[in-house]
Amino acid sequence: MALVEIRNVSKIYHLGGEEIRALDDVSVDIDGGEFISIIGPSGSGKSTLMQIAGCLDTPTRGTIKLDGAMIQDASPRQLAAIRNRKIGFVFQFFNLLPKLTVLQNVELPMVYGGASSSERRERAMQALKLVNLDNRTKHRPSQLSGGQQQRVAIARALVNDPKIIFADEPTGNLDSHTGELILQLFRQLSREGRTIILVTHDPEIAAITPRRIEIRDGKIADTVDATLAGLDRFPLQPTP
Amino acid sequence: MNFWNAISVGLKEIWAHKFRSFLTMLGIILGVSSLVAMSALVKGMEVGATEALIAVGGLQKLRIERGDVPIEQRHLQDQSRGLTMDDVYAIQAGATLVSKVSPEVRVPGATLSAKGKVTRPFICSGAWPVVLEQYEHEVEHGRMFNEVDDDQARSVCVIGTGIRDQLFGSPEEAGREINPIGETLTINGEAFTIVGMFKHYESEQQRKARELGIKQTFSRRSRDRGSFVYWLKNNTVYIPLNAAALKFTASPEGRSLGGGSTDPSSLTVSSIEVRLSDINQINEALQQVRNILFSTHKGIEDFSFRTQEDWADTIKAFIRNARMSGGTIAAISLLVGGIGIMNIMLASISGRVREIGLRKAIGATTADVFTQVIIESVVLALLGGLMGLVTAVGLVQLLGQLSPTENDPIISFTALLVAFCSSVVIGILAGLLPAFKAARLSPIMALRYE
Ligand SMILES: Nc1ncnc2c1ncn2[C@@H]1O[C@H](COP(=O)(O)OP(=O)(O)OP(=O)(O)O)[C@@H](O)[C@H]1O
Ligand SMILES: [Mg+2]
Repeated sequence: MALVEIRNVSKIYHLGGEEIRALDDVSVDIDGGEFISIIGPSGSGKSTLMQIAGCLDTPTRGTIKLDGAMIQDASPRQLAAIRNRKIGFVFQFFNLLPKLTVLQNVELPMVYGGASSSERRERAMQALKLVNLDNRTKHRPSQLSGGQQQRVAIARALVNDPKIIFADEPTGNLDSHTGELILQLFRQLSREGRTIILVTHDPEIAAITPRRIEIRDGKIADTVDATLAGLDRFPLQPTP
Repeated sequence: MNFWNAISVGLKEIWAHKFRSFLTMLGIILGVSSLVAMSALVKGMEVGATEALIAVGGLQKLRIERGDVPIEQRHLQDQSRGLTMDDVYAIQAGATLVSKVSPEVRVPGATLSAKGKVTRPFICSGAWPVVLEQYEHEVEHGRMFNEVDDDQARSVCVIGTGIRDQLFGSPEEAGREINPIGETLTINGEAFTIVGMFKHYESEQQRKARELGIKQTFSRRSRDRGSFVYWLKNNTVYIPLNAAALKFTASPEGRSLGGGSTDPSSLTVSSIEVRLSDINQINEALQQVRNILFSTHKGIEDFSFRTQEDWADTIKAFIRNARMSGGTIAAISLLVGGIGIMNIMLASISGRVREIGLRKAIGATTADVFTQVIIESVVLALLGGLMGLVTAVGLVQLLGQLSPTENDPIISFTALLVAFCSSVVIGILAGLLPAFKAARLSPIMALRYE
């Protein structure tokens, strides 16, 4: 059984009488341990798909099964718990809380998960060690570089040891070198066996993942566009 | 997210905008401090009024005066003869619920003079020696006139310190005690020997002020404001009832009383003071006295009762009004304070859409967000409330120092509690709408928000 089962999901927005199909009958299965990228041009519905799969949003039609649970049956409280325990998010704009220190930012998911303060500290330190930032715990996000901030966000996404990590354009706000370092980090996490779903519009980035899904106008593209997927430049890596 | 966490988040948020938070709290600070200060002032007034009420004889004292006959008895008007000594004796004999009776004959338009100085007393009456107890008087120098003085209609008098101050000079000005016992004064031209002087009456507040050494302003101020009761008692002259009847009653029968040899029962008195044995039987006692007077007056109701209860009611009504208006002002400031908090919380929420969205994305429930906002608003109101309490205490002390002769404001624990609790309630109410708004934010909308 797949870890994430997306079945016939549509998301329709109504804007002033006009119907916008952000997602149109999308079905995807993602297995545990997969490293997958969702690629497509701007406005194609990548973020929408990620948000629906990540329990941040609900589909207009269709069903999502996450780790065996149908999420349309879950109460808002249960959804919050799923987001807290099973999912880690990494966003393009880092979304760290500026008033909290690095350590407090990483501890935040556990504050809502209900861990003791000593446990929170310990696990947050572990997560920060993983992204090599255990020496900056007392700093504020504004005192860090963009890449460092994104690493803090990754540590925050990892701290509750989630089943799936969703990353929406995680390098979109970074220069190519720093972006490369972040991607290295994802690759490393993938080797450790985590499920990672990487949303991007950049074929070079999509090229690092063993599996790619292409979205165009809210639909899964049947054939992978080789140029867009960057397959013409990067050889497909063997699946681990 | 547990409670303490939410409180610490709230405190941090408030601390991050110290000045803004302080401005927001001002409304609550004003509301709470005016609530406490107002209730302290009223409480002080209440205590002062009770003190004064006791000084004039308490609720147990009842005054019977001549009154207009009711309309249905108008045709009997010419038979009305007013209050006489007959009534006094009848009450003495028949009213079991009355413990003391004393008649009073007022000296009309009394003018006192001695050593070339002239003054007009507030009370100048002929009375029985028992008047001392009726008005809670205390003779400090000399003695009260006695039954013998009364029987013989001797020209003696007992005066209050106010009269002494006017005619013989006040000790404050002279810098020494002035004791006019044995001196002579004239009442409307008739000479009387001073045999006794009451102690100086003053309220607790006046005593305190005097001990503090605020002598100059004290006597004048106390006369102008408040403490009228004490001033009245200090400006009293009593002479024996028969002396008053003999020297100052215009009627021929009065004059014929000379030496107390003839039957004095037809003597007209200005009023009769009655002290009830039991405050709880005030209505029964009134009825008893009324029945007696009906029989002595042949059914003509040409008398009326004046109880201190009227006075007490007036004071109560005044205090209630003071409380109401003060309470309204405080309530309005609290309301304004609450609106201020709501306003700032709404602004704070719209400035924190991303933060709230992020918190939700990583697992905050709707309830978590809701409580966080409510707690923040309550903490804001609570801090305002605490500052208000501190301000109130300072304010009340300041008021007490500015006017030491007035009744000291008294801060009651209840007032503090009520003020404090209302600030908490306001915090909750003001936080409700912002909290709903924050809790309803969808995580994506919040994350999209730039
Ligand atoms: N709240 C909304 N109301 C109306 N339309 C929306 C809303 N959210 C998204 N859309 C529309 O849905 C479509 C898909 O948006 P989405 O954000 O998923 O695109 P994307 O693939 O992530 O693009 P990008 O690469 O620019 O981030 C777009 O046409 C967008 O305008
Ligand atoms: Mg997007």
